[in-house]
Amino acid sequence: MSTLTRSRRLGVKLSTFLSAAALVVAFLLLTGSQPANALPAFARKYGLRCSACHESWPMLNYFGQKFKDNGYQLMNDRDAPIWQNPGYWPVTFRITPIWHRVSTGKVEVDTYSGGNPTGLSAVQRISSSGFDLSGLDFHTAGTLEKNYSFYVLPSSDSTGAFHFEQVFGRLDNLFGSPWLNIKFGRFELDNLLSEKRILTLTGNGGIYQTYHFIPVGDGNIFGQIGDNQLGVEYMGHSVDDRTRISASLISSSDGNVNLSTGANSYTAFFTGSQAFDAGRLGVQRIGFYAMAGEAATYYLTAGGVPQPGTGVANKGFTREGFVGQFYFGPHVDLTVVTQHGSDNAWFGQGYGNAILTDGNGGTTATCSSPTPGCPANNVPGTTLPTGSKAPSWNGYTFEGHYVYSPQLIFIGRYEAERMSQQANGSGYTPGFTGPNGLTGPTASNFGNITTYTIGYRYNPFMTSRAGFAWHNEYNWLHQDGTGATLGLGTVNVNTSELLIGFDFDF
Amino acid sequence: MRTRLQTWSLLLGATAVLALPAASWAQLTQADFEPRLGMESHVGNLTGHAKDAKADYRRYCVGCHGELGDGNGENAPYMQPPIYQQPRDFQLAVFKCRSTPTGTLPADQDLFDAITRGFDRTNMPQWNTLSKQERADLVAWVKHYSPRWATEKPGTPITIPPEPEVTADRIKAGRDVFARVQCWKCHGVLGQANGPSASTLTDDLGRPIAPFNFTEGARPKCGDTDKDIFRIFMTGLDGTPMPSYADNIKPDEAWDLVFYLRTLMRQDSKEKVLAKGLNLKPVDPNAPAGQQ
Repeated sequence: MSTLTRSRRLGVKLSTFLSAAALVVAFLLLTGSQPANALPAFARKYGLRCSACHESWPMLNYFGQKFKDNGYQLMNDRDAPIWQNPGYWPVTFRITPIWHRVSTGKVEVDTYSGGNPTGLSAVQRISSSGFDLSGLDFHTAGTLEKNYSFYVLPSSDSTGAFHFEQVFGRLDNLFGSPWLNIKFGRFELDNLLSEKRILTLTGNGGIYQTYHFIPVGDGNIFGQIGDNQLGVEYMGHSVDDRTRISASLISSSDGNVNLSTGANSYTAFFTGSQAFDAGRLGVQRIGFYAMAGEAATYYLTAGGVPQPGTGVANKGFTREGFVGQFYFGPHVDLTVVTQHGSDNAWFGQGYGNAILTDGNGGTTATCSSPTPGCPANNVPGTTLPTGSKAPSWNGYTFEGHYVYSPQLIFIGRYEAERMSQQANGSGYTPGFTGPNGLTGPTASNFGNITTYTIGYRYNPFMTSRAGFAWHNEYNWLHQDGTGATLGLGTVNVNTSELLIGFDFDF
Repeated sequence: MRTRLQTWSLLLGATAVLALPAASWAQLTQADFEPRLGMESHVGNLTGHAKDAKADYRRYCVGCHGELGDGNGENAPYMQPPIYQQPRDFQLAVFKCRSTPTGTLPADQDLFDAITRGFDRTNMPQWNTLSKQERADLVAWVKHYSPRWATEKPGTPITIPPEPEVTADRIKAGRDVFARVQCWKCHGVLGQANGPSASTLTDDLGRPIAPFNFTEGARPKCGDTDKDIFRIFMTGLDGTPMPSYADNIKPDEAWDLVFYLRTLMRQDSKEKVLAKGLNLKPVDPNAPAGQQ
């Protein structure tokens, strides 16, 4: 633990902010729900075990993916609800009681002397452990009629505050063709490695960092392909699902309702993949995805406060990458996802999220720049600081599984996010603090993330009625340069979490 | 002094104790099938191995077909006619969809096709997402449940002559065949599965079974190509009341019947267009033979 004078504290505002933000994010992730789409309601409807559709629930295997692509239909001419027992209602709940221990380094805290604040700060590692809950998901999904499918997922955080995580209707197999399917509503983008079906639950390991990476200080929250989005999706696939394509048009709102952001700005997302038979190795799949969109950087203000739904001055961003799903026999598989991301320089300087949303359709921003401490808003006459660059980066996700049996799966994941161009590039004025809160040229590795996750899930039983998994997981995350430094230079942050829980649904 | 009652009680008790192991011997276990784990299948260039299918069978199939392949998986009790049919009992080695004559074992390709195609109007989905090797392995696994595969050879697939051109005369001839071999008794005069015998049908295990409804729009269980339909009534669906008509219908007549059946189906077809022009009436069950 170290202490500093008041004058030196002024130079560490940024790192304090970043540490606090990291803690808030970690808290939200830990206490937030982990929506996932494992539906024993489908197993009950069709009499198939969880393992038929899930490599290990909720992660889909190829058969489950085809079932989903067909609009939650087996295509056996008995998919319509008219064939079900009238008492059947396709509802599943999922919740996870857990014990976890979270340890975060380089957090700035106050110091005291004789019971009184010293006015000084200290940096230390904070660890906390205890029993906890995940959020609660109520999945209801299936068919309204043959080739008319739906999904409604009210989801709560661990305090019971609900929002609609997923809501859509889908027209399946239009004109009798599997190549014509239209989805409308709030849904997960067509990611082959689905974050909503992720096998891990910790705060940092329970998401794919590659799907959510935002450079430090960047104001573009709209390129997170892991978040459910509002829009319309075309999807087509071959009868055996070996070939898949999709195209989505979504509001640039990161899935937030009420159009507080994303009014009049849109993003397109495209995917394509091809699977091929590799004999005893199994079925392999390779594909790509690409996202191109624009989002507002200026929100009209009233009394200095940005007004929801008034976004203009759109700027562009892109995300693109490759996906590979490789099987090495019946027990081992590896999924690889890459990403190259790029944001307009305005986003890099912190513009874009002047309307801070609370995730439930509400807004939290009460002021905007140039007021110090308020979100950057590209009001008329604003200019970019000299030397501003369009931030870009590359991300890699490698996730492997050893499937001992349908009841026991071991999981290992490595992710790396590497900045290739910083917003405050080499030409940035040294010592100048930009609207993104970053001072001077930043180090080339500033904000890079490296994370490992290992774990296993054991299902003591496997039926077509319910799911239960004993879950054990460890995640370690390292980020370059974002720790509280108290003016002593850049400091890396290491965060770790150990989690044990009962993950069940019925 | 031992009474007569005591003596009888002792005898009965001893009998019961001796009978218990015998009863458990009658109950098959997985160990009974292990000697046949070396079973192979041959599908095209692929050789399937039963032992390699164990994980896939457990993952995908066991919920319906059961650990012992007897069709008594946990879901079997909930699959009841008329909505669903019971899962297949692999121990009996009796299969509906075959290219081989009635009463014979199917070819490996038949089982492979069944796994790939699935069965409409049942809980058996299309497993075409599995690799061909996995499906070939599963065919071998299915075979390992019955000793028939060790002692019998599959039948020789029937010969299907080339499909002739559809004509109005052939459709009319097919209608005559439909009347002559009394397809209508089960399938109904309009193919609506409402013939006079329909409600009385049971499978070989005594379970109720419904005839195929041509007008529902569903695909025939054993495939929906013209060749598949030809094969169905020339090989019969073993284990069901649908017999083989190989001895009653000549191959050329069989094609006529295929064309007529197409006119009963909901799906659009060249045959339906031709039949519309013919103003074809349903068969008359009361008409004298040859006077439809």
